[in-house]
Amino acid sequence: MGFVNVKKKEVLIKIVYYGPGRGGKTTNLDYINNKFKERIKTDMVSIKTHGDRTLFFDFLPVDIGKIKGFDIKIQLYTVPGQVKYNATRKLVLKGVDGLVFVADSQVEMREKNKLALEQMKENLAAMNKDIAKIPLVLQYNKADLREEGIPLLDFETLEQDLNSDLGVPSFEGSAVTGYNVVKTLKKAISLTMISFKKELL
Amino acid sequence: MYGISQEQLDEIDSLLIHELIGVGVHSAIVVDVAGNVIAEHDNGNNTTIDVHSFAALAAGNFAAVDAMAQLVGEQEFSLHFHKGETESIHFSKVNSDILLITIFGNDISLGFLRLKTTEVIEKIKSIWTTTQY
Ligand SMILES: Nc1nc2c(ncn2[C@@H]2O[C@H](COP(=O)(O)OP(=O)(O)O)[C@@H](O)[C@H]2O)c(=O)[nH]1
Ligand SMILES: [Mg+2]
Repeated sequence: MGFVNVKKKEVLIKIVYYGPGRGGKTTNLDYINNKFKERIKTDMVSIKTHGDRTLFFDFLPVDIGKIKGFDIKIQLYTVPGQVKYNATRKLVLKGVDGLVFVADSQVEMREKNKLALEQMKENLAAMNKDIAKIPLVLQYNKADLREEGIPLLDFETLEQDLNSDLGVPSFEGSAVTGYNVVKTLKKAISLTMISFKKELL
Repeated sequence: MYGISQEQLDEIDSLLIHELIGVGVHSAIVVDVAGNVIAEHDNGNNTTIDVHSFAALAAGNFAAVDAMAQLVGEQEFSLHFHKGETESIHFSKVNSDILLITIFGNDISLGFLRLKTTEVIEKIKSIWTTTQY
């Protein structure tokens, strides 16, 4: 849950990137880290296995400036995607304010995307959070692979699979090239800020 | 989203400064279980840490050890301690929302530190009675 510090005049917001293993969550944060170097004062924290897979989480704090005199500090996290790490995913979801679900557009990832989203819903429900009430953006990642002739799920199929009940903002993206990475994040931040303003400002 | 009042923040700051930094603790941080920094103070002499990253890791670490406690049939391990060559870290749970973390050197005994943190925790508990929004 976001923390408002009236003394330091800052608001801390937690946005979590969730999705199937190897979908591109860490790569999203890497891109943001490079793109906004000047606004990110610290190194990205990544807890990885030897095989370079996310073991616990990645953490990247980004300052986005002031709203109504409050410094807005966005804290980006990724969860580990591998199926066996659900206990860890639950820990990272604690106190989440906004979510980006990174789906892998490759045809063979279709079921894995659905399963990951289903499990995200369950994990939120276990924390008494309703997926319909939490700011959420979907990213259909790896769109760049289309040009290499790799079969991808088309936008309509992904929408049908993942977004027909939710009806949230969704973007094709490529975390490797940066296509729509910032757009995805900005949307997640603005949805989160809207839900905050309702509560606070 | 939630917050506490200016008065509550002032009281917590004053506790950290007087009861912990004042007795030789290098750094004292209150974080919530989501990894947000609520309050932090240091003595200005030791290495400054990146407090937001530290808080994210501390909350994650605490949650992980809590989950381990449940696996071995404990409710919780209410405090954790990591000993370094010159700096050590002590984590303790204040209530279900927040943790107190202290970083201290070899000049302070663990017994003394525990005594101090226990006192501070009781006081923070009595300050943390309401949250806002
Ligand atoms: N072609 C392509 N590869 C990607 C993209 N995003 C991530 N990858 C690759 O997919 C693999 C897994 O990415 P990673 O960010 O570690 O996935 P995570 O498990 O969701 O954190 C890596 O080899 C990335 O380079 C993308 O947009 N396009
Ligand atoms: Mg990863």
